[in-house]
Amino acid sequence: MARSILTRLLLMIPTFALVMIIIFVLVRLLPGDPALALAGDRASDAELATIREKLGLNDSLLTQFVLFIKATLSGDMGRSILMRAPVSAVIANKLPITIFLAVYSVGLSLLIAGPLAFVAALNRGRWPDTLIRTVFQIGLSMPVFYIGLVLLTFLAAKLRLFPVGGTGIGLFGQLYAMFLPAMAIAFYTSAIILRNLRSAIIEVLDADYVAFAKVKGLPPRVILGRHVLRNALISTVTLVGLSIGNLMSGTLVTETVFAVPGLGRLMLEAIFARDYPLIQGLTLTFAVLVSGVFLMTDLFQSWLDPRMRQ
Amino acid sequence: MQPILSVQDLSVTFGPKQGPRLLPAVSGVSLDLRRGEILGLVGESGSGKSVTLRSIPGLTRHYGTLAGKVMWEGRDLVAMSDASLRPILGKDIAMIFQEPMTALNPLLTVGVQITESLKAHTTLDARARIRRAVEVLDLVGIPGAAGRLDDYPHQFSGGMRQRVMIAIALASTPKLLLADEPTTALDVTIQAQILDLIAQLARDFDMGVILVTHDLGVVAQSCDRVAVMYAGRIVEEGTVRAVLGNPRHPYTNGLMRSVPQDVPPRTELFSIPGTPPSLWNMPPGCAFAPRCARATAHCTAEVPPLSALEAGHLAACHCPLGATQ
Amino acid sequence: MMLTGRFKEALKKPGFAVGLTIVGASIIVALFPFAFAGHDPTAMDYTAINQPPSLEHPFGTDTLGRDVLSRVIWAYRVNIPMAFLATVFAFVIGVIVGALVGFHRGIADAIFGRVVDAVITFPFLVLVIAVVAVLGPGLVNMYVAITVVGWVYYARLTRAEIIGQMGNDYASAGRVMGYSNSRIIFRHLLPNAISPVIVYWMTDMALAILLGSSLGYLGLGAQPPQSEWGVLIAEGRNFVTTAWWLSLMPGIAIVLTGLGFSLIGDGLADILRPKG
Repeated sequence: MARSILTRLLLMIPTFALVMIIIFVLVRLLPGDPALALAGDRASDAELATIREKLGLNDSLLTQFVLFIKATLSGDMGRSILMRAPVSAVIANKLPITIFLAVYSVGLSLLIAGPLAFVAALNRGRWPDTLIRTVFQIGLSMPVFYIGLVLLTFLAAKLRLFPVGGTGIGLFGQLYAMFLPAMAIAFYTSAIILRNLRSAIIEVLDADYVAFAKVKGLPPRVILGRHVLRNALISTVTLVGLSIGNLMSGTLVTETVFAVPGLGRLMLEAIFARDYPLIQGLTLTFAVLVSGVFLMTDLFQSWLDPRMRQ
Repeated sequence: MQPILSVQDLSVTFGPKQGPRLLPAVSGVSLDLRRGEILGLVGESGSGKSVTLRSIPGLTRHYGTLAGKVMWEGRDLVAMSDASLRPILGKDIAMIFQEPMTALNPLLTVGVQITESLKAHTTLDARARIRRAVEVLDLVGIPGAAGRLDDYPHQFSGGMRQRVMIAIALASTPKLLLADEPTTALDVTIQAQILDLIAQLARDFDMGVILVTHDLGVVAQSCDRVAVMYAGRIVEEGTVRAVLGNPRHPYTNGLMRSVPQDVPPRTELFSIPGTPPSLWNMPPGCAFAPRCARATAHCTAEVPPLSALEAGHLAACHCPLGATQ
Repeated sequence: MMLTGRFKEALKKPGFAVGLTIVGASIIVALFPFAFAGHDPTAMDYTAINQPPSLEHPFGTDTLGRDVLSRVIWAYRVNIPMAFLATVFAFVIGVIVGALVGFHRGIADAIFGRVVDAVITFPFLVLVIAVVAVLGPGLVNMYVAITVVGWVYYARLTRAEIIGQMGNDYASAGRVMGYSNSRIIFRHLLPNAISPVIVYWMTDMALAILLGSSLGYLGLGAQPPQSEWGVLIAEGRNFVTTAWWLSLMPGIAIVLTGLGFSLIGDGLADILRPKG
């Protein structure tokens, strides 16, 4: 077990080396002069030169890359031009909001998709199945920003059931204030989960061990909970883990629609402001988040499935 | 002696309930089983033997339509609801499957898979359930049983896995064991061990067994009586000695002749000409007539009833083979 | 042929037929928007600004009195080609790269494996946005950005399919016959390996419609005053309390077209899936 984690971590080294190269190259390719962006249009040439020197823009690309790696490993991602603060502090400040939003929407997706997948699978081919699948097929065709706007228009602006933005105070305040942004993402992710979970359940229902559980005279509650659900969950856990990228893309959009001050909205602001160091730091943060979730998915899967523990 | 299980005129059809095309998987099957008796149910794949077996505990009722009766201790299992069936299944009637790797839940320890059945059917507490689990694993010949409760199915070898499945089935000492090709997936030597185990358990616990198989050798080795199925019907039934010693139905005879025994090497094996009819498209008379050398006009016109040719030996044939001896 | 048989079979399923109808109709609208739009999409009418939906203006009018439905219909010219243009280059590049690394394996394949790992470590949208930021916002740059990131997914799938096909006898037979590598790859292996990639392409077209309009909404894709669904929605987002139709009505077009493409994708998956 400990060994497989170690192997996984070692395999992440070359991947992350490449991730760093991609980020480095992308950011160097960004148009415009960051020194100019930092100092403002009216800066003198001397001022610009000092800033360039400070940012290391005069060094060779290779030296810059080595410096970039060194600094990043020591947790220093430079200063944000836009926020006038260290990038790491800015990100650390907003990270909890985005993580909260992501976890919240995964929770909502599972709450929606789980029971409905069971209803659909147990009524395979009959009207409840057709109805659920049709609704979620339409859900799959709705971009997150549009779902967000629909929710915003009707539930927040018209009916005033929810705030139109902000993050709320305290756990319940947060759950309340971020319900719509989380829902916007959950609507899409639950459609993906439902599709997968439904076919996984159908496959498991036809498995011999479920027939065996039936002839053992076990109550339906035990058959569904212990035998069907756990087996169907394995592929769904993988799917949820692998959709973390989609989920993060979703937070980026939904944070913009609902003015939630998280990493996604910050990313867009950084791009429009050409905030070099911040873009660099944010992109890296997203990559770390995604691979962290990939790793957790693996661990959770081997916890669920004893066959993977060896 | 009263039979413990009596299947009466059982038919199973697949397909939509009011659909125009129903697939008759099993037609008018009747069987009796006494305590301690092992009945072999033989046939090729698609003959309806597995469907018959799976219909006894109601496993087919969610995708097929059942007609007829399955009488168990004065009650008709076919007419009972799932909920009222549950206290009988796993307690009095147990079942084992062909492929233990797929019939055992890969995510649960064998300990859990044995005790969950005890929990549903007995008043034993957790400690007693574990003690009983060790007892049955020991009974089916798992070495070091106490140390293996926390193991998962994939940690057992094929033969051991089949023993685990039998242990699960036996946990609450059933009166009837339904075995669906329990040895097909195993090596020949292990096959013999498992059959011996089943036969011994049937004797020791006075348990009735229905053993579905396509292998006449298995029947000869372990059964008391045998029923041969073809295209959803029983075509011959009787004691193993009578049926295998003196087959009266041409199909049984053909099956017997296609098993190599006492023949010199490199002799060409006999095989029945033609293929079984599609269940979608059954001939009007005897289903075997198109492949039968003895078929007459009567055979292609009318389905022969299963009738006694002598005491304890039935065949469904208009022109049965003669009695020898 | 077998495939036409399956095609006819698939047409009997309502989903596939509905998908074909929606996409077919959408293409016709995109080709002849003037035939369907009741109004000039650029004609301003200061006497009728911010009108809610009515018989005259089914989707209402915008802040300049333009007919929203007509603007949505003219936007088909941008959004329908988007499904194709945002995916076709990624498809072609991905299939070629995937086939080559799958066939030759070795060092190129090992490097490719790391690239895949690195690219899937970024959320798709984050990487696309970063590339758009490099190139500058706009429709063409958006296509380039989606292609730069998207080809990896096609290549990964093609590679896996090619490797699966190479286990078959006919692949080694080709080698024994002394065919050139490129002939084995593109004449023998690829035709057998391509079905799942085409199914993925179809579903990717549905995603491209959603992605393209999302980028338009975020201000990184098509730029106003160009009529594009995401742009139209973005223009109305400040009026959700006073004129909700400005942003909600154009979304209907996105949902409908996205649905059409994904239904076709599902249908194709049924047709091309090996049976038995």
